[in-house]
Amino acid sequence: MNETTRLLPWAPERTGEAAPMTPVRMDARAAPSVPPPKPAGTSLPSMLYLPVRLAWRQLRAERARLFSAMAGVMFACVLVFMQLGFRAALFESATALLGGMRADIFLMHPLTTASFRPEGFPRSRAYQALADADVVEAVPIYLAQTTWRNPADGSRRTIQLVGFDSNAGALRFDGIEAVSEAVKRPDTIAFDRRSRPEFGPAAAMFEAHGPFDVQLGGRMMELAGLVSIGASFGADGNAVLSETNFRRIMRGRSASVIDLAALKVRDGADIATVVARLRATLPPDVMVFSRPELVAHERAYWENATPIGFIFAFGSLMGLIVGMVIVYQILFSDIANHIREYATLKAIGYSNGFLSRVVMGAALILAIIGFIPGIIVSTWLYGVVGGATFLPLRMEMERGLTVFGLIFGMCVIAGLLAMRKLRDADPADMF
Amino acid sequence: MAETAPVGTSTAAFAAVRAPVSVSLDATAPVALRGITFSYGEGELRRPVLRDVQLDVAPGEIVLLTGPSGSGKTTLLTLIGALRAMQEGSARVLGQELAGAGEGARVALRRRIGFIFQNHNLLGFLTSRQNVAMALEMQGGLSEAERLARAGELLASVGLSDHTEKLPAKLSGGQRQRVAVARALAADPGLVLADEPTAALDKQSGSEVVHLLRDLAKKRGAPILMVTHDPRILDIADRVVTMEDGRIVSAAA
Ligand SMILES: Nc1ncnc2c1ncn2[C@@H]1O[C@H](COP(=O)(O)OP(=O)(O)O)[C@@H](O)[C@H]1O
Ligand SMILES: [Mg+2]
Repeated sequence: MNETTRLLPWAPERTGEAAPMTPVRMDARAAPSVPPPKPAGTSLPSMLYLPVRLAWRQLRAERARLFSAMAGVMFACVLVFMQLGFRAALFESATALLGGMRADIFLMHPLTTASFRPEGFPRSRAYQALADADVVEAVPIYLAQTTWRNPADGSRRTIQLVGFDSNAGALRFDGIEAVSEAVKRPDTIAFDRRSRPEFGPAAAMFEAHGPFDVQLGGRMMELAGLVSIGASFGADGNAVLSETNFRRIMRGRSASVIDLAALKVRDGADIATVVARLRATLPPDVMVFSRPELVAHERAYWENATPIGFIFAFGSLMGLIVGMVIVYQILFSDIANHIREYATLKAIGYSNGFLSRVVMGAALILAIIGFIPGIIVSTWLYGVVGGATFLPLRMEMERGLTVFGLIFGMCVIAGLLAMRKLRDADPADMF
Repeated sequence: MAETAPVGTSTAAFAAVRAPVSVSLDATAPVALRGITFSYGEGELRRPVLRDVQLDVAPGEIVLLTGPSGSGKTTLLTLIGALRAMQEGSARVLGQELAGAGEGARVALRRRIGFIFQNHNLLGFLTSRQNVAMALEMQGGLSEAERLARAGELLASVGLSDHTEKLPAKLSGGQRQRVAVARALAADPGLVLADEPTAALDKQSGSEVVHLLRDLAKKRGAPILMVTHDPRILDIADRVVTMEDGRIVSAAA
């Protein structure tokens, strides 16, 4: 300041300083030639930072209200996280059986809508696929459901049977290598350790005492090993067994009609090209899928043929609406209670734009301080609920970003609605 | 910075320019009103509250506006302060013609005017210092530290250097109004408008506040237009203007 004074001792802005010709200064002071001060914070940081800081100071001044706003946003956040989590978990577990099958390419009948209700097709299609130079192995798969008797209390449940030659390398499940020798023997099965607990403590019994007999479809079979697949919508539990043992349980089934075929391609071959080639050459009674396509096909059934997707979208929307109403209420009453202050700010020269940014700043702050505890609580709930329901509930980065986007949008809409109240702040009422 | 200027210089300067201005009513006057007519309401309910008002305020002049309640003083002040849209007549305030001025021009003009309201209207969630700094945030070119330092100086000049970090609720009525004075003067306004600033104060603090306001405004050469009913503060005026039923009926120097 002293620098400036030395350079321009008569500068009109320096009204308080002694000037060489005071009357001139007085004229200049009042004259229209005095340049109006630059409008508020023309720089981007101050255009955003100052209103957001004011919003924060205002929110912070009333702890109880801030806390209830935070709780409201957090509530909406948790609700949406749980809905989206359940939705993803259900779809994931809906496809656990097909998702657990690891092969390069699958063949399936076009009329098969879901794996628990397969449509058979000729076994010869699997061998026809072998004619392709890049297909090195083809494994026919038989699917069926039968009853399982709980080895502990004798109760019965429906179990999914997956019959295929486990020595062939084309189809793998988690843990299949360890049991492929054992299930070659007659009347043996490998049991899915991730079957629902209603199937009894079969896995624990096997680990403690080794192989024992279980009743499957009225036939005594030896539980000779464990694999890991997971319960799905169509089947609460699974058992893997050889083709021969499969037909021993499912007596009516013909060996020439299979439900699925798994193909292995030559190392280095491009799966997409092979799939395209097979689609062109194989008869129309089979569809050709890559592994992700197979899972997506199964998932599409549960999404479209059931109201599951709608239910969870609706639940999320409800959460967002409740959260929006809460945030709107908080912002609205904040403006209504501070209407004189807002009018004063308008009177002393703050623009409507600045005050709108204050309201949007408050909305943004609520979105952030509600989201942070929201995601923490949701992560914790995922663990608790996932443990109790066996649903694969996990906090994922992508879902976190999605929910933040939704919560943010929710707060922005609430802010836009509340902003209309600013019009009531009339600076002419201030005197 | 302003407080360091000798008061004598300012008043002398003021005296030098005042006489010619008040005679010629020239365009450099901070406030020049011509034929202001204003009505509230529509149609049948339309009631004129200002009729053909002429008024000039010279640079550095302190003008008190008195008159019975309902005579239109507040309305006139809101028009001059660009807080209300004009209807008829011409008002040049700090060089800005207000007849037909848009919202942007009016907001820009308000930044150059210091307002003091009947109630202090401080932001309850900000300290005295932050409240005063709010008036500086609109001005470009000052850093946060500079704004706070400037606000501190202003509060010291109204005798509140011990109360800079207090919320308004922790201050007495007179102290709050002094914060409001500091806020009104913070941005070095070209004009101060005040509407009954002592109405909510007792005799002692009311008189303190207006004298502070006068001294600070005089140092800056800023003219004051103040509405008041309070006979005890007439002594600060260079001129007293009386209104009755929407007209100016007398102007006593
Ligand atoms: N916003 C308004 N709407 C309608 N009438 C108003 C409004 N403000 C003031 N008035 C009326 O205008 C007249 C002048 O009011 P005002 O300017 O406040 O006078 P004063 O400040 O001298 O008491 C009064 O009769 C008052 O009732
Ligand atoms: Mg009034």
